Amino acid sequence: MDLAYTPQEEEFRTELREWLARVLPGLPERPDPLDWPGRRAYDTTWQRMLYDAGYADLQREATPTQHLIFLEETERAGAPYVGANFVGLLHAGPTIAAEGTPEQQERWLPPILRGDEVWCQGFSEPEAGSDLASLRTKAVRDGDHYVVTGSKIWTSHAEVADWCELLVRTTPVTPDTPKHKGITWLAMPMDAPGITVRPLRTLAGSTEFAEMFLDEVRVPVANRVGAENDGWRVTMVTLSFERGTAFVGEVVACRRTLAEVAREARTNGTWDDPAVRRQLGRLNAEFMTLWRLTQWNVSEAQKTGGVPGVGGSVFKLRYSHARQELYDTAAEVLGPDAFDLDHDWTLDRLSSLSYTIAAGTSQIQQNIVAERILGLPKGR
Amino acid sequence: MDFQLTADQRALRQGVRDLLARRFDREALRAAVDAGGELDRDLWRALGEAGFFALRLPEAEGGVGLGLPEAVLLFEEAGRALLPGPLIDTHLAAGEVKGAAEGEVVVTAPYGHFVEHLGDADVIVRADKDALNGAMKVRSVDPLTPLTRLSRRTPYPYPPEAVLLTAAEQVGTAARTLDLAVQHACERVQFGQPVGGFQAVKHLCAQMLVRVETARTAVYAAAVTGTAVERAAAKLLADEAAVRNARDCLQVCGGMGFTWEADVHLHLKRAWVRAGRGPSKAEAEEELAAALLGDPA
Ligand SMILES: Cc1cc2nc3c(=O)[nH]c(=O)nc-3n(C[C@H](O)[C@H](O)[C@H](O)COP(=O)(O)OP(=O)(O)OC[C@H]3O[C@@H](n4cnc5c(N)ncnc54)[C@H](O)[C@@H]3O)c2cc1C
Repeated sequence: MDLAYTPQEEEFRTELREWLARVLPGLPERPDPLDWPGRRAYDTTWQRMLYDAGYADLQREATPTQHLIFLEETERAGAPYVGANFVGLLHAGPTIAAEGTPEQQERWLPPILRGDEVWCQGFSEPEAGSDLASLRTKAVRDGDHYVVTGSKIWTSHAEVADWCELLVRTTPVTPDTPKHKGITWLAMPMDAPGITVRPLRTLAGSTEFAEMFLDEVRVPVANRVGAENDGWRVTMVTLSFERGTAFVGEVVACRRTLAEVAREARTNGTWDDPAVRRQLGRLNAEFMTLWRLTQWNVSEAQKTGGVPGVGGSVFKLRYSHARQELYDTAAEVLGPDAFDLDHDWTLDRLSSLSYTIAAGTSQIQQNIVAERILGLPKGR
Repeated sequence: MDFQLTADQRALRQGVRDLLARRFDREALRAAVDAGGELDRDLWRALGEAGFFALRLPEAEGGVGLGLPEAVLLFEEAGRALLPGPLIDTHLAAGEVKGAAEGEVVVTAPYGHFVEHLGDADVIVRADKDALNGAMKVRSVDPLTPLTRLSRRTPYPYPPEAVLLTAAEQVGTAARTLDLAVQHACERVQFGQPVGGFQAVKHLCAQMLVRVETARTAVYAAAVTGTAVERAAAKLLADEAAVRNARDCLQVCGGMGFTWEADVHLHLKRAWVRAGRGPSKAEAEEELAAALLGDPA
C-alpha cells in the first residue's frame, strides 16, 4: 500500500501544470449558465485545446493514475469541466471504441476528441427510468434504414448535440423475448427530420435536459453499433467497466468548497457554534476518505485494467449523499445568503439534489450492491 | 501510486486469519465469553510466536520489521475474530517491556477512566504508582473485556498508534457483522422467500458494505500517511461503521439477534468499548474541523 506517485507520474503532473498555467489565461470568459450555444462553444474550445496538446484521449492513451492526476490538476487550476462533451468522451465514445467497427471509430471518435461534435444520451423514457430495459421507442427496418418512433426524456445537452446515442426496441417483448434482448444501440444524427426537442426546466431554473419526440426518424443501419437486439450488452460493456475516475474532479472541488465553507464560518461567526464545527469536521473526514477511496479504486484499475461498475456503486452511494450534506451545511453557514440564488453555493445546493437520482438512483445502486456484491437473492 | 495491498500484505492477512481460525474458533470464543474474558496464555504465546506483538519491532531487535500498514491488517483480523485481551497495549510495549514481543507477558494500560484486563495483566504501563488507588472492577458491558474503573481520569494521552489500531479492530467488526447479516438474510425464509430478497433488508446490507469500504479505506490511508487528521478521520468512520453495522446486523437477525447465543451482541458491545478509547467523537471532529482552516489539501 503506497500513496506516493512515481517519478514518471510526477513528471506528467509537472508538465500538465506548466501547460495549464500557460493556456488557461487565454480562455474566453465563462458563458452564462443559461446560454447553451455559448456553453457549447466554450466547452468545445477547451476540448480542442486539450486535443492540440495531446491530452484529449487519456481514457485510452494514459494510465488510470495519469488520468486521475489530469482530472485532479485541471480541477485545481480552475480549468473547465468536460461539460457538453460528457456523453461523447465518457459514454458514447468509449462504447464506440469498444464495440464499433473500424469505419465507425474513424467516423465518430476523432470529432469527439477534437471537440467538433457533441453527443447526448437518449436512454430514459417517460415510462422507462430505473427500469430502463422496458424502453418502448420503436425502430422498424426499412431497407438500409431504421425508422424510429417514440419519445425520450431527461436528455442532457439535447439542445446543442450533433449526435444522440439512442437505445431503441427492435424486437417486441414476448414471453420468448425478455425485455433486454430486443434493444439496439443507434447513433442518431440530431438534425434528422422528425426530431423535436423540447427543453425541460430543472428546479435550478436552467434547461440542462430536454424531452425528445421522435416521429419516423430515419437512421441508417450503418449507424448501428453492435448487432441488432444486442444493444443492452453493448451499453453495459461501457457502464460496467470504469477506471475509478468518474468523480475525481468533483471530489477535489468538494474539498476546496468545504475549506471555503469553514473559512466563511470563521468569518461570519457560525464557527463558534460547536454543532457547526463538528459537522464541518465530519465532512472533512468524509471527503478526505472519498479522495482516498478514489485513489484505491484507481490503483485497482491500474492493476486489473478496470474496476467493476459495482465498486463505482459503493462510491456513488456515499459520495452523492456527502455532496448533499456539504451544501446543506454550507447553507447553514451562509444563513440569509442561502436564500440568494446569486450565491454559488445556493445553486450548487440545488444541483446537488440530482446526485441521488441521475445515473441510477440510490435505491437502484443499493439493489446493485446487495445483489451483485453481497449476493443477496433477487426478490421483491 | 499503488494504493492496494501487496502480495506480501495479502499473505500476511491470510496468515493471521488462518491462525485465528485454528486457535480461536467459535468454540474458543464462547469459552472465553463463559470465562468472563479471561485470557488463554497459550493462545497469547501463539500470537507472540506468530509475530503479532513483534510485528513492528526492527529485525535487529528480534522483530518482524514491518510497519503500521501491516499492523492494521492484523488488528482488523483480530477485530473480526473478537480476539480478547489488551492486544494493542502489548503490541505497543514490544521492545520496551521484556517478554511482550514474545507473548510471554500481558501488558495493559489505562485510558480515560478505565483499564482493561487488569486481572490478567503482568505489567501496567502509562500509569503512575497511585493510578490504581481506589480503582474498582465494574460489571463490564462487554463480556469479553473486563473493565476496572479508575478513581480519576488518567493524565496520560492515548497513543496515536493505539487510536489507529483500535480503528482497525472496528473495521474487523464492521466487516464481520456484515458477513453475519448477509448469511442470515440468505438462510432465513419468511413469506416464502429468503428475507434477503426484501429490499428493506437489502438496503440495510448495502449501506453496511458502504460503511465497511469507506472506514477500511480511511484506516489504510491513515496507516500509510501517519498524519493526525487522517487518523481522526479513521477513528470517526471506523467507530461509526462498527457500531452501526452491529446494530443493523442485530436488526437483520430479528429475535435471534437479541439472544446471548448469537455473536452479534459481542460485536456491538465490543464496538462500544473500543469507541470509548482515545479521543472522543467530538474531539476527533474538532480536530478535523480545525484542519480545514489550515492549508487546503
Ligand atoms: C440531472 C439529470 C440528468 C439526466 N440525464 C440523462 C441523460 O442525459 N440521458 C438519459 O437517458 N437519462 C438521463 N437522466 C435520467 C436518469 O437516468 C433517471 O432519472 C433515473 O434513472 C431514474 O429514473 P426515473 O426518473 O424514471 O425514476 P423512477 O425510476 O420512476 O424512480 C422513482 C422512484 O422509485 C424508486 N425505484 C424505482 N425502481 C425501484 C426499484 N426497483 N427498487 C427500489 N426503488 C425503485 C427510485 O429510486 C425513485 O426513488 C438524467 C436525470 C437527471 C436527474
